[in-house]
Amino acid sequence: MSILEKTFTSAPGRAISRKAGLKDPPRLRRGRTWPSGAIIHGTIGDGSLVADTLHLLGRAVEEPVVDAGTDAPGYGQKIGALVVDATELTSISQLERLRALLRPAVRGIERSGRIIIVAREDHDGWEAAAAARALDGINRTVAKELRGGATSTLVWVAGDTTASDLLTTLGFALQGRSAFVDGQAWKVASTATKIDDLVTAPLAGRTVIVTGAARGIGAQIARVVARDGAEVIAVDIPPAGEQLAAVANEVGGIAIQLDITQADAGAVLAQHVAQRGRGLHGIVHNAGITRDKMLVNTDTARWESVLEVNLAAQMRINEVLLDPDTDGGLDDGGRIVGVASTSGLAGNKGQTNYAASKAGVAGLVIAMSSDLASREITVNAVAPGFIETEMTGKIPFVQREIFRRSNSLDQGGRPVDVAETISYLLDPGSQAVTGQVIRVCGQNLVGA
Amino acid sequence: MSHNAVVIGGNRIPFAKSNGPYADASNHDMLTAALDGLVARYGLSGARMGEVAAGAVLKHPSDFNLTREAVLSSALAANTPACDLQQACGTGLETTVYIANKIALGQIDSGISGGVDSTSDAPITVSDPLRRILLKASAARSAADRMKAFAQVRPRHLAPKAPSVTEPRTGLSMGEHQALTTEAWGITREEQDTIAEASHHKLAQAWEDGFFDDLVTPYLGVARDAILRPDTSVEKLAKLKPVFGGPQGTMTAGNSTALSDGAATVLLASEEWAKEHNQPILARIVDAEVAAVDHPGGADLLLGPVAAAGRMLARQGLTLDDFALVEIHEAFASTVATTLKAWNDEDYCRGLGLDGALGTIDPSILNVTGSSLAAGHPFAATGARIVPTLAKLLQERGPGSRGLISMCAAGGQGVVAILEAV
Repeated sequence: MSILEKTFTSAPGRAISRKAGLKDPPRLRRGRTWPSGAIIHGTIGDGSLVADTLHLLGRAVEEPVVDAGTDAPGYGQKIGALVVDATELTSISQLERLRALLRPAVRGIERSGRIIIVAREDHDGWEAAAAARALDGINRTVAKELRGGATSTLVWVAGDTTASDLLTTLGFALQGRSAFVDGQAWKVASTATKIDDLVTAPLAGRTVIVTGAARGIGAQIARVVARDGAEVIAVDIPPAGEQLAAVANEVGGIAIQLDITQADAGAVLAQHVAQRGRGLHGIVHNAGITRDKMLVNTDTARWESVLEVNLAAQMRINEVLLDPDTDGGLDDGGRIVGVASTSGLAGNKGQTNYAASKAGVAGLVIAMSSDLASREITVNAVAPGFIETEMTGKIPFVQREIFRRSNSLDQGGRPVDVAETISYLLDPGSQAVTGQVIRVCGQNLVGA
Repeated sequence: MSHNAVVIGGNRIPFAKSNGPYADASNHDMLTAALDGLVARYGLSGARMGEVAAGAVLKHPSDFNLTREAVLSSALAANTPACDLQQACGTGLETTVYIANKIALGQIDSGISGGVDSTSDAPITVSDPLRRILLKASAARSAADRMKAFAQVRPRHLAPKAPSVTEPRTGLSMGEHQALTTEAWGITREEQDTIAEASHHKLAQAWEDGFFDDLVTPYLGVARDAILRPDTSVEKLAKLKPVFGGPQGTMTAGNSTALSDGAATVLLASEEWAKEHNQPILARIVDAEVAAVDHPGGADLLLGPVAAAGRMLARQGLTLDDFALVEIHEAFASTVATTLKAWNDEDYCRGLGLDGALGTIDPSILNVTGSSLAAGHPFAATGARIVPTLAKLLQERGPGSRGLISMCAAGGQGVVAILEAV
């Protein structure tokens, strides 16, 4: 820790910085915890999808306070969440109803509360499309205006999306697991899979491979998916073996020291899975490297090593694991989760190679998801923003503090925030979520 | 009641030179690290194993329960029993034989063998007279008696006693013994340096090929064997001065093993247990034998494995031609050379009571991924380094492939074993 950082984080330093307008960031609600205040259910039209889903989730709901137009009435006491069913939204005039629902809610929401809007993405007619797109702007803006760690989420659904399809998503969005997912929108389609409950160990009895698991975000992914019941195969390069073994032993998994760029990496992984005789439910492609330089100083070696590790290696591994002839390959109904980055989505100075690889991951997810739909394999990615890890701890303090505060939650995320989002995507109940890239960035100012 | 005892795999930490990167690590620390790596590789966190047997040659008195304590520090279940065994440099193989025998008899269905040694954190004890005085003082019933005992302490008693590597019966160090053997068997300097060079080159190649990725777990930031010199050559080795056998001697620091720190473990089980637990099977332990020579009577100290191998092969009805691979522990390069020569010496073998010479082996099947000269030799760990290495090599060569392990040890002893790929 530099002298500057020590001073800043000391008691007098913090007193001064508070006076200067740098508030202590809000403490976020995390884990499988529900909002403590009431969950308010609002509707635009007669849609019942949200009501049905909240019912399956076993959450009691309360009636909304609706703003009369001039002065907003209050809720009396803090509310935990507002979930709006906007699936019947088709006109611009209906947006007024949303304003009337949001105004009292935003005013009365508790710390780490949730605003969630569920709406149809497919529309008949120009006005319906415009109205739907308006929700995106509303969601992003509400997320920026909310304080105290409260977040806003927009969930797109299809015409035939059921409460069963929406269950894990709404559960994730309401619970503390989505602490650092803010201002985001993603889609829940429809499937034949039926679930009627949110379980605490959705991955029980399932094997999940996590690459880059020796430290940082990867180690936390291993911990969270193990907590959610999975048997973890933790993978990292041989030189990281000591930390990898510690993680594997901590989560009761197995450690494989493997360079994912070697030609037979996919075969080695499949062989281990086959040996364990359990099938493979999912793989999390978390391993990644940075070789930062401005483009004018980026040579072939820096370019190729990053694209190789962050993108090409996982493609080769996927090919092996997806080959139906591979013993120990990915089960039908399995999960592939990539790790993109806000750098990839927004671009970042000095990271052309990294941005290329991470944007590539997003592209891969979209292309693979439709091709693998017939096998019920979902393919998604998370895109972390600024996450507090050993790696980001090396960024100079002032720069780090700026990164931390450049989002709507005024703080860096924790590895567990990324891990929770990944575990939600790995959940067998999240069958209707595929081809999505979910940013875990606290609504970072940069990025799409 | 007989079961096949099989090798599932192994794990060791990289070996390093004495007073190197592991200077501050104790035997307990290193053995725990080796166990934890094994546990992680085979998903045994929280598992109760039948037994863990390991040992150290240089051992602190406080480490009387070294292996059990390491088990308690490891990720294994706390109700896994353990014992300490020691058979000098043969320890890591002897513990393997001990566990394999229990498995074969059905007394346990799974177990871990191993060994560890630190020449950096070696036990230093007080002199014998001081020890007697201290014991007398502690047994004294009155303050006056205690003072009387302490009054006997003389300055010369205060010099600490470091562990000795000399043979108590002959007063010669192991290197000095081997120098006599080297000369008696006419082993040349070039022969020894060639063996040393090959050891380094083969070990380096194996590391390059990723062979050790599933046999070794890094420790304290060391990811590869730290004694290994990939660029060594007979020419470079030829420049070293002799350290044993006087000025005309042929044994140097380059063709003798370095004092080393390290730990190694082997995961063993019955074939049934391995299958039930979805664990891989590399090879089965076929047989083992320990022999000893009368070195105080003038026999070559480190040729114990000759009689051991001869008797074991005769019992199994096997000859050296039946082996796909042979591992001869490189205590010194000349140990390997004399062992090979002795195996093929009709008179010497008959003198040991064998039916005749064992014969020769194709040099290309010997120590194919290098051995102790390049890897280092933390005494008790070496056997547990060799067993999984050989088991993996045999498995790569296909079912039925046999391997022979030959290890010399202090006290004129030799431990040998046969592995066969399943």
